[in-house]
Formats: sequence, structure tokens, C-alpha cells
Amino acid sequence: MATMRNLSFDAIIIGGGGAGLRAALELAKSGKKTAVLSKVFPTRSHTVSAQGGITCAIGSADPNDDWRWHMYDTVKGSDYIGDQDAIEYMCTEGPKAVFELEHMGLPFSRFDNGRIYQRPFGGQSKDFGKGGQAARTCAAADRTGHALLHTLYQNNLKSNTVFLNEWYAVDLVRNQKNDVVGVIAMCIETGEVVLIKSKATVLATGGAGRIYASTTNALINTGDGIGMALRAGFPVQDIEMWQFHPTGIHGAGVLVTEGCRGEGGYLINKDGERFMERYAPNAKDLAGRDVVARSMVLEILEGRGCGENGDHVMLKLDHLGEDVLLKRLPGIVELSKTFAHVDPVKEPIPVVPTCHYMMGGIPTNVHGQALTIDENGKDTVINGLYACGEVACVSVHGSNRLGGNSLLDLVVFGRAAGMYIEESLNNGFEYHEPTDSDVEASLLRLNRWNESSEGETVPDLKAELQQIMQNNFGVFRKEENMQKGVKLLAELRERIAHAYLPDKSNGFNTARIEALELDNLLEVAEATAIAALERRESRGAHSREDYPDRDDENWLKHSIYFPAEKKLGQRDVNFSPKTVDTFEPKVRTY
Amino acid sequence: MSTLQVSVYRYNAETDSAPYMQDFEIDTHGRDLMVLNILQMLKAKDSTLVFRASCREGVCGSDGMNMNGKNGLACVTPLSEVVKNNKLVLRPLPGLPVMRDLVVDMALFYKQYERIQPYLQNENPAPAIERLQSPEERDKLDGLYECILCACCSTSCPSFWWNPDKFVGPAGLLWAYRFMADSRDTATRDRLAEIDDPFSVFRCRGIMNCVNVCPKGLNPTRAIGKIRELLMANAT
Ligand SMILES: Cc1cc2nc3c(=O)[nH]c(=O)nc-3n(C[C@H](O)[C@H](O)[C@H](O)COP(=O)(O)OP(=O)(O)OC[C@H]3O[C@@H](n4cnc5c(N)ncnc54)[C@H](O)[C@@H]3O)c2cc1C
Ligand code: SF4
Ligand code: SF4
Ligand code: FES
Repeated sequence: MATMRNLSFDAIIIGGGGAGLRAALELAKSGKKTAVLSKVFPTRSHTVSAQGGITCAIGSADPNDDWRWHMYDTVKGSDYIGDQDAIEYMCTEGPKAVFELEHMGLPFSRFDNGRIYQRPFGGQSKDFGKGGQAARTCAAADRTGHALLHTLYQNNLKSNTVFLNEWYAVDLVRNQKNDVVGVIAMCIETGEVVLIKSKATVLATGGAGRIYASTTNALINTGDGIGMALRAGFPVQDIEMWQFHPTGIHGAGVLVTEGCRGEGGYLINKDGERFMERYAPNAKDLAGRDVVARSMVLEILEGRGCGENGDHVMLKLDHLGEDVLLKRLPGIVELSKTFAHVDPVKEPIPVVPTCHYMMGGIPTNVHGQALTIDENGKDTVINGLYACGEVACVSVHGSNRLGGNSLLDLVVFGRAAGMYIEESLNNGFEYHEPTDSDVEASLLRLNRWNESSEGETVPDLKAELQQIMQNNFGVFRKEENMQKGVKLLAELRERIAHAYLPDKSNGFNTARIEALELDNLLEVAEATAIAALERRESRGAHSREDYPDRDDENWLKHSIYFPAEKKLGQRDVNFSPKTVDTFEPKVRTY
Repeated sequence: MSTLQVSVYRYNAETDSAPYMQDFEIDTHGRDLMVLNILQMLKAKDSTLVFRASCREGVCGSDGMNMNGKNGLACVTPLSEVVKNNKLVLRPLPGLPVMRDLVVDMALFYKQYERIQPYLQNENPAPAIERLQSPEERDKLDGLYECILCACCSTSCPSFWWNPDKFVGPAGLLWAYRFMADSRDTATRDRLAEIDDPFSVFRCRGIMNCVNVCPKGLNPTRAIGKIRELLMANAT
């Protein structure tokens, strides 16, 4: 401990995906001593996989498009537990953030008039749901995330941002006042463990789709930020809300974008029927993702699934023609050939709803400041801790995210967090150093793994965890399964606490990283399970067979999970946008 | 026959005095798995085996490696594409220092990338909305911007092996041309001046190894040809 090297920053940003890099750019320009710390080289972050686009009312496809319509769609999509002040902020600031990306060089596809190409996505409408389908998702072919992430990385190079690449954040460090004052991190190349002290610590660690056996998420999406926050005793919000994307490639889990349906593709069952016409007569295949995913599962359960086992449906694209497919969806053509062995120019793609996105996360305000709740139920800022991107819950997605709204969330709130941190550093605040025992506390679990001498190993435990989540917390949920799941996870926690890390070497020890990630997967899984069990209603992505209706009387609320007591509380949803009237909850149909 | 013979390059500076090849047998149950799946199965047997991976779908560039003599991405390379005589030999990308097992130190590769100033430069103030670009102008970026920085190309290029400090290499040059080809970029002249020496571009011998291995189907040789043309035109 005495020998541990210390590094000091004004702000340390944990995560080099879209959110982290956007925040970093803001701070690099400010001249504050900042670094981005990422467990993979930044362009290998999961943002690189985003395909379909970034949704924003920039008025290109339709010059009359209006951010208020985007806001309406987002509120409705959230099933009314998205915070309206935050959604308003995202939809109004959005165009600025998208144009900035373009100015930085993002190679958007274009319309004939030279403006940014926009495609229709699910849940989009004109005129507050009355004017038909909108086309609001700005795209760079079907490689928008790749284009966005590389552009942001490149502009950080231009701004001389400091990077700690292939460094792993282990746990947050708190001082005696419970302020976050830095993080314990490990250089993966050497295995050196370092105390990073920082006035602001930003979690931009992305999602945690790897808690499920079948997911569209990258292998590295293990919820490290959520794990760190929960271990530090901080709560998470709406963590039961997991989006299952309708079109994961059957068997592989790899995503094909909703943009496929935006460009005119549609889903069919084994009879060749376009079944979404029955479930969502107006929006059809472009209804909310939760609605489409449930319809697909019902088709499969009622015996109209495709294939030998009747366990998937088909996404038909061939009618769009080769030109459109190669121009607008070249990546999809490539992925389908590689992972489904079909050429979508000729045949439909086998697809099934697949875990995709974590709507919940660390509660924050629009400045990215992480929040907790005091004894009187009041929001309280956690000093020193910020969150943005998928790990955060600000909350613009509520219980169901609209396609293309995540990339917008990353750049709008990454930027907002950067700006706020700069301002608060300028204003100055008290920073109380951690004591030796504070630092020791954050080293406990790393030391536990390093000292382990026997026990079960990581890959088996991880597979078990993923299966528990897959079996008991999927598209449709019910009390008895969830109770079983919660119990199994509690047992798993005991077993993981005694698990074994055989490889104790220092340099590039990825087995150690996977062990540390397993702890985080467990934290996310257990919080998800308990919250899902306790939210006794159906809303957005959270669909319960035993409570099939939305219960606005009791649950027009955020859930908030406290790790110490493993209890679920509630937090008010914001219904007070600044410049428009409140969008009142209505029955949600498409 | 479903037992695959896999031979993997192993080296851990902490424990090994020299690199060696380790042999495994793996039962694939006749499935046409991806090479990355095989590596994951091996790691479940021997957790000390180290490789990089993230997206597992060929878009992040983490798992470039040499498979039966050819560079590619493990996650999108099916066994049926590489395995010969039931044998699979896995080595790190050639020409870069090995950190451990299949993990190479990419610092030199990134340095060459950074050298070409891989970001849009435009001296005119930005408009209130986006800069306009016609679809035809935008088409010129196709086949360039999709690079995932996997280094499969540069580490298959003999010119890069011999002069990794001076020859920008196929990936870096592809990026250099991506910005020269962008109607929104106004720095082509400076970009060319930066690399107008006997090594940076002209070390390319047109051997096309880079084109043959690029997992994204990109063509660095063609981009290098375009840069040469621009350099020649500038010189006259
Ligand atoms: C296949 C796919 C397609 C998608 N397509 C779209 C789309 O078209 N439009 C849209 O809006 N959204 C899309 N999404 C969602 C969107 O891509 C993600 O929500 C978003 O990219 C998350 O960005 P992020 O910056 O929060 O995190 P990420 O991009 O996941 O980055 C997380 C970062 O944190 C780092 N990190 C994590 N843990 C640690 C640790 N312990 N120590 C150090 N570093 C750490 C990682 O290295 C990484 O740099 C898609 C998602 C998927 C899965
Ligand atoms: S064509 Fe040029 S860049 Fe490509 S491998 Fe050959 S020498 Fe290298
Ligand atoms: S040009 Fe191709 S091979 Fe080279 S780094 Fe880019 S994607 Fe990889
Ligand atoms: S793991 Fe991302 S390219 Fe293979």
C-alpha cells in the first residue's frame, strides 16, 4: 500500500466510448488536467458497434420537423417514466451536438441536397403522433457508431487528450465524508495497481448486456461502472428495465439494426405473414421495440415461429433490392452472411429478441452529477461522482429506449457533464484526501482474488449467471421464476465470494480482468432481479405475466435500488419541462 | 472428424525464457465455429492463454492475428475458411513486439496513424447547421472511412516490417487519403507536405498484401496510389 504509485487529475473519465470521449473533448479544450481511462483502446469500445444512427430533429428529411415531436415520441416511448426535463434538454440541445459531430468530420450519409441523411426508426412520429411516421435518425450508412466513435477519438487526438489505454478501473475511492475522490486502477500491460486521485470521477463505462446468455453487446459490456457504484453503496435506478432488441441474429446474438425495418424491411412468421400488422396496425414493424419484441415472442409461443424448433421469426429485406441494401445497409449484408449464412439480398434473416440495452443506471441530473436519496427521500448529489452514457440514468429512456436515442444521449450528456465539471472546477470546491484505510477498502476485492487459492473458476460461474438471467428475467417475467432467480443469485454470490483465480501473473493477465468483471456482472444481475421482482406492474420493457397492466397509481415512478439493504424504493419522475406543457400519461398504442 | 489440432504461440515474459508453440486438441462437434470461439474454449481449459477481443463481430479491430499464415480477425473467420488438414496455427500479428501470447504492442502502428493528423481540418468557420456535401462527394469516402484499425494490413506489409518508424504503412495512408478525399477538408496541401519524403509513402512496393488481408475489404494500395498521384501533381 505504502508503495502504491499515485496519479492526480482534475478529472478522470472512466470509459472511452462515445460518452466518455465527448466529455473528454470538452475538458481537454478547457485545459484542465484530464485523462480518459479505458480497459480497451478507445475505438474498440462498444459504441463502435452502433449501426442505425443518431436520432435528432435536425430538419433535414423534413424541414418542418420539430424537437417537440421528438420529445413527445421519447416520452411516449419511455412509457412515461422518462424525466421530461432531461428529455427536453436532450431534444433541444441535440441538433447542436449533431452538427458539432458533423463539423468534426463524421462522414454522415447525405441527401441529394447535401444535408445529412435521415431514416425512419421505430416509435417516431410527426405532429405529436398525429402526422404519421417521421424519418429522424441521422445515419452514416449502417456504421454510425463506428463513424461517431472514430470521429470523437480523432478529435481528442487533435485536442491532446491524455489517454490511459488498456487500464482497468477496479473500484471507486471514497473519503470519510463519502465523497468520491478517485479510483483504484490497474495498468493491464504491467499489472501495476495505482491510486488515481481526482476532483471529478466520471463513470462512462457503458452497458452490461453480458448478464444475459444471449446479447447483442460486446464481450466487454460487463457493467463495471454499476458494479463500482453499488459496491460503494450508491443506488441505481430503473435497473429492471432491459431492452430486448427485436432483431438479434438467431443463434449468434449479433444485431441487425432497426434501420432495416426503417428502410422498408418487415418481420414474417412461418406462414409468411407480416404479423406486426395485427399487433400495431398503424406503426406496424416500426412500433416501439418492447411492443415488437413481445409480439415476436407471442408468435413463437403460439406455434408460428420459423425453423426446425419454431424458435425465431424472419426479417425480410430482399424486396428492397440489392442497390438499396448495399448503399444503406452494407454492414448488415456482411453480418448476415457471416453469422446467419444468408444473403439478405435473396433470403430473409432469422431473428429473435435479444438483450440489447440497459435503460437503468446511476441516477444523475442533467449535468451528469450522480445522485443518491437521503433519509427524507430527497435527491442528494454525490460529491465528486459523475456518470454519462449507457451507465447513467438521467433518465431520457424511462422503461423503453427509442432507437437512435442512445447515441444522442452520449453526446448531449457527455458534453453537458464536461461543461459542468469545468465550471465547478473553476468555481473551486473542497477536496478531502482519502486516508490509507479509505484506499485499503477499495483494494479489498482485488486482494481477495489475488489471495484465492482454490475454488470454482470464473468461466463456469459466469455462464451460470447468464443462464439464470436468461431463464428468469427475459421478455416476459413472472413472480415465481423471478423469486427462483433471486434465490439462485444469492447462492451464486456466496460461490463467487469463494471463487478462484488460478493465474496470478502480472502482465496482461486477462483472467484477472474477467474475474473482476464477474463481480460486476453479479452486482448488475442481482440489482436487476430484485428490482424486477418488486416492480409489480408491466411498463415498457418490463412485462409481467402476473401483472399485465401498467399501474400508474403505484408505479408512475422510478424504482431505486439500494445495495446495502437490497431494497427497492421509489423516486419521483420529472413532469416539469421548462418550455413546453407536460406530456400527460396516456394509454400507449402504436 | 471433429477434433481440431490447434497450435498456439505462447509467450509470457514473467515465466518463459523464450516463446514456444503449445498444442491443443479441441472437439468442435463438427460445428463451423469462428476462430475466436476456439480461443475462448482454449481459455476455459487454460486461463493463462491471452488474446484481445471485444465486439466479436468484426467491427472493433481487437482480435487481429495470424491464422494459418494469414492475418485476419478471429471473430469473423470461420474454421472452414482457414483450417487446412485439420490443423490451425495461431500466432500474433507479425512484426510488432509481443506483449504476451497473441497480444502485440500496437504503439508503433498508432504512432503512424497519429502522424497523418487523422482528423478533419477546415480553416473556414463552421456554419450554423452541417456543412453540405453532395452524395457523390460523400461516396468518395466509401472504402476509406470503414477502417477499424486492426493492423492486419500493416503487419502483413514487408515495407512496414523493415521501416515501421518511417513508412506510414497501409492503414495510416488509407486514413491520410480518407481526409484528402473529403470535400470538407481544406488541408490536403499540408497533409501532402508532411509525408513528401522517400519513406513515408514511397516505401510502398505495391505488393498488395494489405489488400489481401483487410477484413473490411478495403484497398489501401489504391489509396496509396491516389496519394502518389497527388504528390506527383504537386511536385510538377
Ligand atoms: C449492436 C448495437 C447497435 C447499436 N446501435 C445503436 C444505434 O444505431 N443508435 C443508438 O443510438 N444506439 C445504438 N446502440 C446503443 C449504443 O451503441 C450504446 O448504448 C452506446 O454506444 C454506449 O456508449 P457509452 O459511451 O455509454 O459506452 P461504451 O461505448 O460501451 O464504452 C464504455 C467504455 O468504458 C470502458 N470501460 C468499461 N469498464 C471499464 C473499467 N472497469 N475500466 C476501464 N474502462 C472501462 C470501456 O473500455 C469503454 O471504453 C447499439 C447497441 C448495440 C449493442
Ligand atoms: S501494397 Fe504497399 S502498403 Fe500494401 S502491403 Fe504492399 S508495400 Fe505494403
Ligand atoms: S485498412 Fe483494413 S486491415 Fe488495415 S487496419 Fe484498416 S481495417 Fe484493418
Ligand atoms: S472482437 Fe472486435 S473485431 Fe474481432
